[in-house]
Amino acid sequence: MAEREHRGPRPTGFDTLSLHAGQRPDAATGARATPIYQSASFVFPDTDFAVGLFNIERAGHVYSRLSNPTNAVLEERISALEGGVGAIATASGQAAMHLAVATIAGAGDHIVASRSLYGGTHNLLEYTLPRFGIETTFVDPRSPEAFEAAIRDNTKLLFGEILGNPGLEVLDVPRIAEVAHAAGVPLLVDSTFATPWLCKPLALGADIVIHSATKFLSGHGIVIGGLVVDGGTFDWERAEDAGGGEEGLARFPTLTEAYEGFHDLVFAEEFGPQAFVTRARREGMRDFGACMAPTTAFHILQGLETLPLRMARHVDNARQVVRFLAEHEAVASVSHPELPDHPDHELAAKLLPKGAGAVFGFELEGGREAGRAFIESLSLFSHLANVGDAKSLVIHPASTTHHRMDAKALAAAGIGEGLVRLSIGLEDPHDLIDDLGRALRRASRPPRGGSS
Amino acid sequence: MSGFAVCVEGVRAYVGTGSGSAATGAPAVVFIHGAGMDHTVWALPARHFARKGLRVLAPDLPGHGRSSAPANGTSALASVAEMAAWIDKLLDALGISTAAVVGHSMGSLAAWRFASDHPERCRALALLGTSMPMPVTELLLNAAQDNHHAAIDMANAWSHSASGALGANDNPGVWMLAAGERLLERSGPGVFHADLAACNGFRADEAGGEVTCPALVIAGNEDRMTPAKAGLDVASHLPGARVVRLDCGHAMLNERPNEVLDALIGIVETEV
Repeated sequence: MAEREHRGPRPTGFDTLSLHAGQRPDAATGARATPIYQSASFVFPDTDFAVGLFNIERAGHVYSRLSNPTNAVLEERISALEGGVGAIATASGQAAMHLAVATIAGAGDHIVASRSLYGGTHNLLEYTLPRFGIETTFVDPRSPEAFEAAIRDNTKLLFGEILGNPGLEVLDVPRIAEVAHAAGVPLLVDSTFATPWLCKPLALGADIVIHSATKFLSGHGIVIGGLVVDGGTFDWERAEDAGGGEEGLARFPTLTEAYEGFHDLVFAEEFGPQAFVTRARREGMRDFGACMAPTTAFHILQGLETLPLRMARHVDNARQVVRFLAEHEAVASVSHPELPDHPDHELAAKLLPKGAGAVFGFELEGGREAGRAFIESLSLFSHLANVGDAKSLVIHPASTTHHRMDAKALAAAGIGEGLVRLSIGLEDPHDLIDDLGRALRRASRPPRGGSS
Repeated sequence: MSGFAVCVEGVRAYVGTGSGSAATGAPAVVFIHGAGMDHTVWALPARHFARKGLRVLAPDLPGHGRSSAPANGTSALASVAEMAAWIDKLLDALGISTAAVVGHSMGSLAAWRFASDHPERCRALALLGTSMPMPVTELLLNAAQDNHHAAIDMANAWSHSASGALGANDNPGVWMLAAGERLLERSGPGVFHADLAACNGFRADEAGGEVTCPALVIAGNEDRMTPAKAGLDVASHLPGARVVRLDCGHAMLNERPNEVLDALIGIVETEV
């Protein structure tokens, strides 16, 4: 018998969800925009309803550290865009990373992470979490085999950035998810540089996604915020039943065992696919408390409304700038996955078909001095420590974030002395190219002689 | 205790309790989930009535969630009559004589059939998103038969109202569409189809007799799976039934969790 064809209803489009997901016109006032619910607490209609809210019988808000109506719109919207069951807005991207890890792992646990990470995340994993008994093994992001080899009985999480830092290694999410799932472990992906417009890691096999919403999601460099999105894809109980992990111990006790801190609730048993996000809110937001301010959530929502338009322009402008730099004589090399010589060129075309982002590095001929001169000669690009702004940004790691490192240490970290990182904004690309061209000319002039 | 395992006709079944620890003699309430679902859809009301001291039983029907498949080798129970008989056996296994029975969608048919076949055991009846008959389109049946994801997409999309499809859920930060999709994705091969076929094959005239206990019908004004007028028709055949209409689709436990619970409070706590 010939195979039958089946087709479900067309899902709501990405652009529509960017504008509408999670929000209806305000029932009380008719406000079309999402109101900023600048309130610490919310009045209970009666005592029984209050108990119901605390005991997860009722839907609603108690206190803005746990949840807030403005934040809830943002949380639903990013869930809709990523395809997750739910999300939590946090104080920063770092707080999102911490919440994701702390919800699953505790003292005695282990993480396998890509070694190409944002410096803040690297610090958290390498130096700070070990103080709390959580150890991390760092591996080559391009080697699923290395991830596999590093997994131990006490490993609770595999982690990587969709686009690594600073080399823009493309994380092979489908293959690393396969490795993770074969070992009964979830895959956490930081998708800050991609945003769901360029890539949806959950659809590729990841289980949890985090964002620094400070970057492209908000898009205007005006707030600090983070998001954790639960894919609802990882079956904590089934992974437990399949074995693996430490002999005689539950692998994911925070989700599959009774939690004394909430009247012996077993999150995976009562909330199924929403177990992780429920535990993260009920424990992590309650106890660590790294919540987002509602005004911040409002700003990020404003950013999300134009995410598809902005990302299209970001990647298009970046493409033009990359082409210009790649052909410039004062530039030693450009590292961007859309260039054919980038080791992940083909993988990027597969996983990030709309573009491999708007943040990338290039190496100047002339090393550290040339880097300094180049940056000081730019006028449109702003020299600062951030990415994903509507305005174009630049930083020279060797003379700023990594200035204490000598040439050898920089090389070990994969950072050349002449490496310059750009975050391409939404300006007219011709103006960006002119600005870069002028600065490159100045940076490549021989240094002036000594004073007379 | 979030739930427990019990043997029903030689097969392991899981029963969620809403983290309750009610005494053995406490009034019982049974929650029966819909097609392809499991006990987790009742998380909020289960926890509410457990706190109120009721003996909450939110089973995973055979082949669903954490319950084993039926002993005859099928993926799930083949008819609504079998589901009602299974609820009867479950109560036997637990030594419970009477219970309030609440069902959503397919579960509403099983609940109604249980009340009809065993009127002496049904203290009260609540039917959410119900319709008798409950025809299922061939498009959906065929896709489910082939275990094709389009079946999940259809059921999930048609279960939410137009505005519900854009979210704005009362449950903070939860994106209902993906939550429903993930739950259906966890259902084993053949289970969703068996359930839909059971709904499609349901015939009210095969049941034991009239339902006489206090009854409630909750209908979603934008329900595309079991339209509100079908729910009202069911209510018209239940003597003295109360009707609550909500502005939502079929997935009313997602779209209007607080209003559903408010409606259930009176009926579930009905005295014997």
